[in-house]
Amino acid sequence: MNVQTPAEKLTLKDFSTDQEVRWCPGCGDYAILKCMQRTLPQMGVSRENTVFVSGIGCAARFPYYMETYGFHTIHGRAPAIATGVKLANPELDVWVVTGDGDALSIGGNHLMHALRRNVDLNILLFNNEIYGLTKGQYSPTSHPGTRSPSTPYGSVDSPLNPCRFALGSGARFVARTVDTAQKHMPEIFTRAHAHQGASFVEIFQNCIVYNDGVFSDFTDKPVAADAQLLAVHGEPLIFGKEKNKGLRLKPGTLALEVVTIGEEGVSVEDILVHDQTSETMAFILTKLSPPDFPMVLGVIYEDPASSYERDVYRQYESVRKERGTPDFNAFLAKGDTWRVS
Amino acid sequence: MQTDSETGKNLPTTGDVESVVIRFAGDSGDGIQLLGAQFTTSTALAGSGLSTFPDFPAEIRAPLGTTFGVSAYQIKFGARKIFTSGDQPDVLVALNPAALKVNVGLLLEGSLIVVDTGTFVERNFKKAHIEADPLEDGSLAKFQVLKIDISRLTMEAVKEFGLGNKDALRSKNLWALGLMLWMFDHDRAPIIEWLNRKFAKNENIRDANIAALNAGHAFGETSELSGDMRRYTVGAASLEPGLYRTVTGAQALSWGLAAAGQLAKTPLVFCSYPITPASPILHLLAQMKEFDIVTFQAEDEIAAVCAALGASYAGSIGVTSSSGPGIALKGEAMGLAISTELPLVIVNSQRGGPSTGLPTKTEQSDLYQAVYGRNGDAPMPVLATRSPGDCFFIAVEAVRLAIKYMTPVMILTDGYIGNAAEPWKLPDFNALDPIAVPHVAARPSGAEPFNPSVRDPETLARVWAKPGTKGLEHRIGGIEKSHETGHISYDPANHQKMTQVRRDKIAGIAKDIPPQEVDFGEESGRLAVIGWGSTYGPIARAVRIARSEGHDVSHIHLTYINPFPENLGELLSRFDRILVPEMNMGQLITVLRDHFLLQAISLCKVSGQPFKISEIIEAIHGQLSLQAAE
Repeated sequence: MNVQTPAEKLTLKDFSTDQEVRWCPGCGDYAILKCMQRTLPQMGVSRENTVFVSGIGCAARFPYYMETYGFHTIHGRAPAIATGVKLANPELDVWVVTGDGDALSIGGNHLMHALRRNVDLNILLFNNEIYGLTKGQYSPTSHPGTRSPSTPYGSVDSPLNPCRFALGSGARFVARTVDTAQKHMPEIFTRAHAHQGASFVEIFQNCIVYNDGVFSDFTDKPVAADAQLLAVHGEPLIFGKEKNKGLRLKPGTLALEVVTIGEEGVSVEDILVHDQTSETMAFILTKLSPPDFPMVLGVIYEDPASSYERDVYRQYESVRKERGTPDFNAFLAKGDTWRVS
Repeated sequence: MQTDSETGKNLPTTGDVESVVIRFAGDSGDGIQLLGAQFTTSTALAGSGLSTFPDFPAEIRAPLGTTFGVSAYQIKFGARKIFTSGDQPDVLVALNPAALKVNVGLLLEGSLIVVDTGTFVERNFKKAHIEADPLEDGSLAKFQVLKIDISRLTMEAVKEFGLGNKDALRSKNLWALGLMLWMFDHDRAPIIEWLNRKFAKNENIRDANIAALNAGHAFGETSELSGDMRRYTVGAASLEPGLYRTVTGAQALSWGLAAAGQLAKTPLVFCSYPITPASPILHLLAQMKEFDIVTFQAEDEIAAVCAALGASYAGSIGVTSSSGPGIALKGEAMGLAISTELPLVIVNSQRGGPSTGLPTKTEQSDLYQAVYGRNGDAPMPVLATRSPGDCFFIAVEAVRLAIKYMTPVMILTDGYIGNAAEPWKLPDFNALDPIAVPHVAARPSGAEPFNPSVRDPETLARVWAKPGTKGLEHRIGGIEKSHETGHISYDPANHQKMTQVRRDKIAGIAKDIPPQEVDFGEESGRLAVIGWGSTYGPIARAVRIARSEGHDVSHIHLTYINPFPENLGELLSRFDRILVPEMNMGQLITVLRDHFLLQAISLCKVSGQPFKISEIIEAIHGQLSLQAAE
């Protein structure tokens, strides 16, 4: 539950600690951090009700730089620890900051269960498709053929698609953004925060040292407009420099195709309209990637339902109401007892 | 007349007996555990001292009639305090051939066997791999055997309720219970009341069960008239005055945790993953929401400990519970709790190991794991429970230490204690000491940044700053922290200092716990038997018997495994010899040697069964005669 009592007007500075930021110069994490420090005051949240929980990895240093409560935990376990925080105090705003190795490899199980339980957590997965802190091994999101110290001849295993993992786990809020997308990232954070239940945000984040440019096919300035599509609920799925490309259902199939408005009789009316409540559409949109399709960003899926800790407390309150104030001695003496005198 | 199985006497021909051991055995589907538990209730209400031992297979529904599907429940009861469930049964109730085959080896010559002859048919012999009918081949000649067709008599008793054969036979356990209630002169009324409650919604089953119970009882009465069967009276034990109930270790531990939360006026968040034999604690606490308890069945053991730690971080009392294999998985998170100095209670209901080991059998082989089982120098308090009722107080003490010293605390209990029942004098909750919870208060905005590394100079405990509190925003984690500021620090001297502080904090708890006392016997002498955990019963009884024989032997039993009480080394030095019985290959003895350079003697048993009193008496005799020879 995101009940906030904003008492004072806070700024980016109020959310920044005095700790020296220790990411590599040029790391995508800087931009994400700044965006968070800038966006939280805009949301009107209080520092004392905000908690950042992280696991292990480069991204996991995030809490040290946020002037809120922060818990830098152990590898892969942040969603489990954050679940405990919410069970103890559902009123707290809890953010989980994780990476592709932390969330999808060692911590895959916890992420899956936090999502399917729908714990009211805002989960930010910084996906750089590589292990940074351990010096460059391939990760569960690396493309096949990734050459790394542990795969000198190229990796051979299939990668996970984080958003599809989240959808498959039952996530009810799935969004995507890019570390450099300072324009729409604040909105994604704001919406993830406003969403009741688990919010899952994949952030494509460039690792300048071990995997530089891995997303350049859709993030480089010259190609970005033609290779990215920002999905907006209720609006046609249009993209491109000229805003004239769109996604359309191939007639007679469940597959999409890219079409150009104004060519071959295609008009805006033919373009698929984004429905963020459609899980099927979310599965289809998250499958797309360049070069044949744009990378779909924005809030891809949102279909809220009651959150786990809220239901836990609802049940808890109803039992407490029914049983009244307990008397411990009376409780112990329930059932068969006998007196020795 | 008296019977006392640890001294090897049998049930007398009739009359008053001082104590009796009954073992109920049958197929997993026969309702043996229920039969045992209800007999225990009736025994407790009769005022006898008692101790029980549910001994069931790991298989949920093993194939009918097989030896590995045999479930048993042993109870010893008597007109005094009873320390163990008994070495050898005086009475074996065997509801099928497999149950007889598996358990007959436990019996002494002259013991009484009650068999359900209705199950002694070729088909069941085959399932249990029995070649010849043991009722006919003379193999039971040295026992008294009561052959009763319990199956048929049960079917007849419940006939009027129109149940099918299978359902009718389900009441067999109640028929046998009725007979045993008659044999030991126990009241049927509380059992009938219980049946009324349990089957309130199914009158037919309820009435059939009551009819079977009454029929078994009536059978005893009739047979007595014809002289076929004898009846015994076991007197009431002289217990301390007060209100009593029976309690299992799992119950007492759960209630102790709940009591601790109430004493601390702080919510308890209990996070666990199902595992034998620890699950009953999760089940019990899930029903106790009115005591400010949230329970969480996590996706795995690691998530369970992590969620508990997250709850502690957020200001609740986080508790997790498991058995050996699950505790192994929790190791890293326990280290995080040690490093971040947050309260956490970890309950380990030990079972036979390593790996999956013997899930339903008992062992004390996780002492190393508890004391040493983490990476880095990671000291943690470890407490051990000695009996079912003791679990209540140990749970309260664990929570007290966890909060006062901002540390994880492990409770070592085991499958035997968890499932065993004993009479328990109810504690007065209002007389228990409250637990102080030092949550830091909010601070005005504009104050200096909050420092989470401030310590209590006496206990060395770090402050507990609860998220949601204004002005206390801070960051903690598993990376080494500066002793002064709490910020990340890789400074070599700081790590040295922090490691020492963590050590000193836990070692300092020795000043806060009661000095070690001698449980029974003198404060010095020729031999001390020192134990921990569930070996309490057999050691206590063995030392009492040995002393009554005139031997110079004392019993010392440890609750605090880490740190040890301050006076322990000095106390042990007052004895010529030290005997350490353990259900492992010698773990406590290693720790004792490590601390005190002791010349102690190990008595090890890892059969999945508790020590017999006779085994410990034998070792006492052995040590004392060796000493005499020296």
